[in-house]
Amino acid sequence: MLSEAISLPKPPRRRHLAQRLAQGLLRAIDRAQTAESLAAGDGLLQGLDPRIKLSGALALIVSAVLTPSLGVVAGLFALALLLAWCSRLLTAGVCQRLWLSVLLFSGTVALPALVVVPGRALWQLPLLGWTVSEPGLRSAALLIARAETSSTLALLLIASTPWTHVLKAMRCVGAPRVLVAILGMTHRYIFVLAQCAAQLFEARRSRIVAPMNGAQQRALATAAAGVVLSKAFWLANEVHLAMISRGYRGEVRLLDDFHTRARDWLALLAALSVPLLILWAER
Amino acid sequence: MNDCVFDLSHVSFAYPQQPALDDLSLRIRRGERIALLGANGSGKSTLLRLLDALYFPCRGELRAFGEVISEAALADDEVNFAFRRRVGLVFQNPDVQLFNPTVFDELAFGPLQLGWSSEEILRRVEAMLARFAIGHLKHRAAHRLSGGEKKRVALASVLVIDPEVLLLDEPTAALDPQSQGEVVRFLSESRDTGRTIVTATHDLEIVYDIADFVYVLADGKVVGAGAPAEILADQALLRRTHLAHAHWHVAADGLAHAHVHAHRHQHHTPIDGDSSEK
Repeated sequence: MLSEAISLPKPPRRRHLAQRLAQGLLRAIDRAQTAESLAAGDGLLQGLDPRIKLSGALALIVSAVLTPSLGVVAGLFALALLLAWCSRLLTAGVCQRLWLSVLLFSGTVALPALVVVPGRALWQLPLLGWTVSEPGLRSAALLIARAETSSTLALLLIASTPWTHVLKAMRCVGAPRVLVAILGMTHRYIFVLAQCAAQLFEARRSRIVAPMNGAQQRALATAAAGVVLSKAFWLANEVHLAMISRGYRGEVRLLDDFHTRARDWLALLAALSVPLLILWAER
Repeated sequence: MNDCVFDLSHVSFAYPQQPALDDLSLRIRRGERIALLGANGSGKSTLLRLLDALYFPCRGELRAFGEVISEAALADDEVNFAFRRRVGLVFQNPDVQLFNPTVFDELAFGPLQLGWSSEEILRRVEAMLARFAIGHLKHRAAHRLSGGEKKRVALASVLVIDPEVLLLDEPTAALDPQSQGEVVRFLSESRDTGRTIVTATHDLEIVYDIADFVYVLADGKVVGAGAPAEILADQALLRRTHLAHAHWHVAADGLAHAHVHAHRHQHHTPIDGDSSEK
C-alpha cells in the first residue's frame, strides 16, 4: 500500500486558503450565471423595458441621495424591498452579501462622522473618551441608509435585466459610448480574471502535497495574485482582439429591440414622481 | 493584381521585447488555400493577426484587397466594416473567442456588429447552427462546451458572416481525433467554395488536406515555400525548422505524412542523413 510505504502528512483540518479562494471564485461565476437566468425570469421588473428600468432606478437613486430625510430614505428602501419581492429577485444570501459589504464599506467611511460632527452629546466611547453627537449619528445613519438603498436599487436593475440590455439601455439614455464600452469590458474581464484565478488555485492545490500553515498559504496567495493579474491581462487582451476581429467598435448591438408599452410608461411616471414628491414635500 | 488578396512587402513586426516577423514578403491570391507551417514561436500567429489587421507592421507594407492596411486606415468605420466583412479569424484558443453568454449570442455577435437586419441575422445564425450540427447547443453557455464543440462554435461564429478570407490559427490543436477530423473535413470541403483560406499549423498530417500551397516560417522569416508534396518531401527543411522528428517519415504509398511509431525500426523510409535509423 502506498500509504504504508510513504509516511503521508496528516491532512489539514481546515481547507487551504487556495481551495477556499478557488471555490469562492467559481461560486461568484455561478452566481453571475444565476443572475442572468433570474433576469430572464418572469416578474414585475423583468417584464419592463430596460430603458424605463434604468431611468426609474436612476430617479429613485437620485432621490435617495438628495433627500436629507432619513424617513424618506427608509421609505425608498422599503419600496425597493417591495419591488424585489414582487419580482422574486432578492434571496437571503444576496441580501446578506450585498448589505453586509455595503455596510462595512459605508460604515468605515461614516464612522468618523459620529465623533467629528458637533452637536448634542449622546454618549462617550469607553477607553477613547470620544463623544458621539446626535447630528453625527444622524449623518452616519443617513450615509449608510443612502448607500444601502442605492445599492439595493442598482441590484434590482442588474438582477432583473440581462447585462447586455443594461448596456444598450445606457446608450439609449445618452451614456457616452466609451463609458458603456468600458463597463462592458470590465464586466467581461472580471469573469476572465475569476476563471483564470480559479484555475490557477486549483493547479496550485494539485501540486501541494504537505499541509501549509497560515503564513505559507497567505504568501502563496499573494504570489499567485501577481501571476493571475498578468495572465488575466493577457487573456483580456486576447478577448478584446477577438471582438475587434468580428467587427466590434465599442457600440452595444443586440438582436432584441426594446418595446415600450403602457405599463412601462406608467412605471416611469411612478418612478419620476418620487423625486418630484420629495422636492414638493421638502419645499 | 486584382486577384491578390494579401500582399506583404518586407513586413517586420516586433512585440515590445521580442521580434516576431522579420522582413517578410509573400502574396496570397484569391481562392488559394495556404498553410503556414512553423514550429512554436516561428511567427505564424503573429502573421495571421497582421492579416486580420489586429496588429500592424512596424516596417514594410501590408495590402489587403489592393488597399494599404494601417491603423489609421482601419480607424475609419467604413473601411473597418468593409474589411471585417471580408476577413474572419478563428483564434487558436476558443475560450478567447467565445465571450458571449450563449452559443446563439456568439453566432449573432459578428452580424450584429456589421449592422445586418434582425431577419437576416436569424436566418444566417440558424443556417450555421444546422451546418455545424450545433443547434442543440443554441442556448448553452459557450464556455461550458467540450473542446470539439467549442471549436465548431468558434468556426461557425466566424463563418456566419461568410467572409471571403478565412484565417485559422492551429485549428486542430488540442482536439480529439474525431473533432480534428471534422475540422479537416470542413477545410478539405472548402476547396471548391472559392474562399481564400490561410491556416497556421505545425501539424504535418493535415497539410495535404487543407492546403494547395505552403509557406514554412522560422524565426519570423519565410524559409520555404512550395506545394505540399514538395515541402513535405524536404526533410532537411522540416528538421531544420523543428517540424519533423525522428519518427517522421514518408509512407510507402509515396505520400508524406507523420505519425509516431512504437519502435524506430518500423519506419518505412529512413530520414536522410540519420545513420541511426534501422
